[in-house]
Amino acid sequence: MKPAQFAYHAPTRLEELLQLLADGAGEARVLAGGQSLVPMMNFRLATPETLVDLRRVQALRELSVRAADGALLVGAGVTQARLLREPAVQAGFPLLAAGVAHVGHPQIRSRGTVCGSLAHSDPTAELPALALAHDARMTIARAPRRREFPPGSTNRTQPWNSQSERRELAADDFLVSYYETAVEPGELLEQVAFPPLPDGAGWSFRELARRHGDFALAGAIAVVAPGRHARLVLFGVGDRARRIASVEELLLRAPAADAVPGDAAALLEQIRTQVPALVAAAVNPSGDVHASADYRRELAGTLAVTAIAEALERAR
Amino acid sequence: MAREPLVGRSVPRVEDERLLRGNGRYVDDIAPAGCLEAAFLRSPHAHARIKAIDVSLARLMPGVHAIFTGADLHGQVEPMVFQIAKIVPPPVRESTGAWSRVHPMAALPTERATWVGQPLAVVIADDRYRAEDALELIELELEPLPAVVDPLDALAPGAPLLEPEWESNLALHYRFSNGDVDAVFDSAAVVVEEQFRSHRHIASPIETRGVVAQPDPYDGRLLVWSSTQTPHQLRDFLAGALRRSPETLHVRAPDVGGGFGPKGAIYPEELVISYVASALNTPVKWIEDRSEHFLATTHGREQVHTIALAADADGRFLALRDQITHNCGAFNILGLVVPYNSLTHLVGMYAIPAVDVEMRAVVTNTGVTAPYRGAGRPEAVFAMERIVDRVARRLGIDPGELRERNAIPPSALPYETGMIYRDGTRQVYDSGDYPELLRQARRLVSDEDWEARAGAGREVGIGYAAYVEGTGVGPFESASAQVIAGARVRVAVGSASQGQGHRTTLGQIAADALGVPLEAIEVVGGDTNAIATGFGTLASRSLVVGGNAVAKACAELRAQVVEAAAGLGFEVGADDPLPLGPMAALTPFNPGRPAGAPAVLRAQAEYYPGPVTYAAGVHAAVVAVDPRTGEVEILRYAIAHDCGRAVNPQIADGQVIGGTMQGIGGALFEELVYDDEGQLRTASFMDYLLPTASEMPEFRTAHVDVVSPLNPLGVKGLGEGGAIGPMAALANAVEGALAGHGVVVRSCPLTPDRVRALVRATEPPVPTAQETT
Amino acid sequence: MSEQLPIRLTVNGAELSAEVEPRLLLSDFIRHRAGLTGTHVGCEHGVCGACTVLVDGEPQRSCLVFAVQADGAEVETVEGLAAPGAELHALQQAFHEEHGMQCGFCTSGFLMTSAALLREHPHPSDAQLLDAISGNLCRCTGYQNIIRAVRSAEAKLAAQAGDGTPAAAPAGDADGA
Repeated sequence: MKPAQFAYHAPTRLEELLQLLADGAGEARVLAGGQSLVPMMNFRLATPETLVDLRRVQALRELSVRAADGALLVGAGVTQARLLREPAVQAGFPLLAAGVAHVGHPQIRSRGTVCGSLAHSDPTAELPALALAHDARMTIARAPRRREFPPGSTNRTQPWNSQSERRELAADDFLVSYYETAVEPGELLEQVAFPPLPDGAGWSFRELARRHGDFALAGAIAVVAPGRHARLVLFGVGDRARRIASVEELLLRAPAADAVPGDAAALLEQIRTQVPALVAAAVNPSGDVHASADYRRELAGTLAVTAIAEALERAR
Repeated sequence: MAREPLVGRSVPRVEDERLLRGNGRYVDDIAPAGCLEAAFLRSPHAHARIKAIDVSLARLMPGVHAIFTGADLHGQVEPMVFQIAKIVPPPVRESTGAWSRVHPMAALPTERATWVGQPLAVVIADDRYRAEDALELIELELEPLPAVVDPLDALAPGAPLLEPEWESNLALHYRFSNGDVDAVFDSAAVVVEEQFRSHRHIASPIETRGVVAQPDPYDGRLLVWSSTQTPHQLRDFLAGALRRSPETLHVRAPDVGGGFGPKGAIYPEELVISYVASALNTPVKWIEDRSEHFLATTHGREQVHTIALAADADGRFLALRDQITHNCGAFNILGLVVPYNSLTHLVGMYAIPAVDVEMRAVVTNTGVTAPYRGAGRPEAVFAMERIVDRVARRLGIDPGELRERNAIPPSALPYETGMIYRDGTRQVYDSGDYPELLRQARRLVSDEDWEARAGAGREVGIGYAAYVEGTGVGPFESASAQVIAGARVRVAVGSASQGQGHRTTLGQIAADALGVPLEAIEVVGGDTNAIATGFGTLASRSLVVGGNAVAKACAELRAQVVEAAAGLGFEVGADDPLPLGPMAALTPFNPGRPAGAPAVLRAQAEYYPGPVTYAAGVHAAVVAVDPRTGEVEILRYAIAHDCGRAVNPQIADGQVIGGTMQGIGGALFEELVYDDEGQLRTASFMDYLLPTASEMPEFRTAHVDVVSPLNPLGVKGLGEGGAIGPMAALANAVEGALAGHGVVVRSCPLTPDRVRALVRATEPPVPTAQETT
Repeated sequence: MSEQLPIRLTVNGAELSAEVEPRLLLSDFIRHRAGLTGTHVGCEHGVCGACTVLVDGEPQRSCLVFAVQADGAEVETVEGLAAPGAELHALQQAFHEEHGMQCGFCTSGFLMTSAALLREHPHPSDAQLLDAISGNLCRCTGYQNIIRAVRSAEAKLAAQAGDGTPAAAPAGDADGA
């Protein structure tokens, strides 16, 4: 289990990094933390010709809260461990902190990056689901280029910014399918912005993994501000993490926090009886050695109910 | 002795400091100058005819020194014949009609590949990176043949044959019958029959296998470092296969990073690397990677039991019938060892008047199976203890109570089962207190309100597993003890350690037998030059057989020293400490050495045990099961066990807890899964899940140690015991928790999916989305 | 011969320079180039944790890092915990006393993971402790004595630091949802 040969670059400037990626003509891959890529290379399931390591690019290490809207900005070089250590995250982004704590173990999080996990787009991973739940926005960068679109591009309508180097995508547009995102060859997921949850919203992060730290068999994230805001994100039950619109509509009809207690109880009962079927209809899991598709479908419904109930509880 | 004996004390381990400082020496740490590295090309098909292996392009790669295929080895290396697989002691044959057959295994086959991962060629290169590069350039032309994976399918008419010269895939058969089982079944108050499957596991020591073979240009001898449990057996095997005298081979097992059985087998890679190093006259190293380990290191545990138990209305067991189908994998390399253990450990601590057990061991296109911690016992105990719980549930008797009613009382010991043990002797439980083990295990789980601890929405179950374990099997073990410079004694043993702490425990035994402090003892093992013969570390035997060999050698050495001391004018009484200082001065180089005094003080002993001694245990698991998700949480895991005299209680407990955790892994997490084509779907630690610290339950232990009358030290083996109970205890606990749903647990691991499926099968169908919206 | 890149890093405080292929794993560099064989390799896909070392103070799996990525880094291995001949580190002493090891193959990884844990959280919560060491596999001990050993080391280190905090510390930031 030794990797095949590759060429390695570790530039110090972002522009240089983007140029190297552009020059790689699709055979160059970004090396961030490498916690998903290197195992695949050791198995020789991945044999990139060139790795472009972003570790020296200072500009990619940004981790801050944007004054304008309170969004958490996370650069491509920020590790999951650093995110968890950041006081602003622990104080202002409890859902993110709770979810990222489920990513692997400290030995993985100390190297694995937030953006790397997003760009890897493992359907059972926590971070893409967290991005959806937070309405996160991704900034994708590439070297200046002639204005043409590579064949197979799925984002031909996306306008490039003034330098034609960056575009911004909502998480839902960023995630495409199994191990596939809107990031094109030659591009870099430069930064992700996590807006704070709406005021008064309750949240819950629930996943079931076979062991501590494993990828989830299924997971559910709920964010609910009764009557105003609802997100239900499920992961591990399809080609990518997804919001479940039918359940969110149901939750938007939830009574406000000052509603009479009987209404809340009635809502919970409605959730308990209706959500599993809505979820089962909306997800499309596949089976593997860890769990069957049927199990995952059912588990997603069970976790969704639990997560919604907990989020509602926290919203009070 | 004048001083407190060391045996019985939790002496801190003498091997630790070196390992803690990172100064251990494992096989991959052996780096002779100029050592080349090997990588194996392995079969991608479970069954295929080898049409061509073209290495010409790969051979041209820079850094590649040689490539060998089966054709290159033909005539140079004998096919591997596993003699032990053919051994059926006459009393076993008379008792059961047992027979066993084995086909020779080419180290690198030339005609057919019979399992995914079987080595087909080896690349020798500057380093492993380049060797793997070259593997990708070998052109392998295989013609896939039909494969058979499931052991029951392998017996079906028309199944693909592993060995075309055989008329079937049956490799081993026996049937033991005692009493008129049919008549009892016809008249018994209850008869319960089920089919239980023990699934396939792999031991997965954290150190994989590895070999470094190093020819000595001076005398032509070959030094083979291997992470093996059985260096002497490997030496003798290599001598036969390479057609050289054993004296020209020196096998060393340095620090070994866990064994658990699989490193007791002998493998094609050991033979190939030894041959290649000789042929190239240069050191060659092969370190198995984890991916290879899953495919090519021996597996264990796969058996199907169709078992029936008859009882009277009070729950007294009357008759037992079991038909066992055992999966050998692609070769029957060890014959009776595992399959026969399943017979002699099936009935366990119960008195059952009539027993009928048939074994059919088959070869299939899967990885070779061999002993894995427990070696046939966990499989049998899973079936037996499950059927006991099914009877308990049928009769409405508490499963713990039912077991106590049927346990053989201490007054009946020594107890003859009517079976012949694998060593050809009559099976006799020598000592133990089975009812007390049951009482202790029940006590350990009776002091809490488990329902309260589980909380709302979860259901609680308590499951037991009771077992006996024949330990300390022969044929022999050897030890030598010699006074060396510095007033020390070097003790050499044939049974080396893979983590069991033999340097400490055997040192304790030696120190007591000699009457010297532990610091004066140096234990060496794993070296065929340190002692000429040895059997190895496996089958829960080292302490019993090796320990008594050490005690015997050291007692002899003490007598020699006392006599020599007397010649020097020291009177040493029976209880006096040994005056080693003056003895060490008896070196041939000492000009002051008294005339006539011996120049060497050395004793050698072989210990040939009689029949095995019986360790025993009762496990009790308390689980909380969430019927909505199928999640199983172990609230407590209790173990009452009997390991005879504990030489080092801390080490003994470490063995018991460690073994139990492996068993828990098998019960809840671990499973090797082959698809119908014989592809292994679980060939990484991402898919084959070992338990971590987060999965460790709360443990409680109780000792009901009854000293064995069968050996001078009074010890019993305990390396494997912990791993025997968990599958049965946890399956019983989960079934107990879900008793209200009426589920039957027929196999493990008890994954959330599997548990939920059991519950779901008992529920009304879920309405579809259309019906609710 | 393929491209070789120069790297310079410190291992246990000693500065090392080498030319390496980009694909050389840090685990192989440490073991076979730096000659520090106390770091072990158990799976090479980032699960078993036997190869855990500290890179710039953080525990990392050296089988998932290329040596070239460690250019400029400070690497600590098990050999750095206690100088040769010096007393054992508190963690090493505790693993010995509590029988937190059997074959010793996984031990280095547990020691390095635990060292990082106790540096960042001198009194970790149970959740923090389990989260950390669950990234390491041990097949011998069943973990019970490893947990005891880390707790014992926690107390030893606190005593060495003259820190009066009791060993059984209150839970810190708990593990997520």
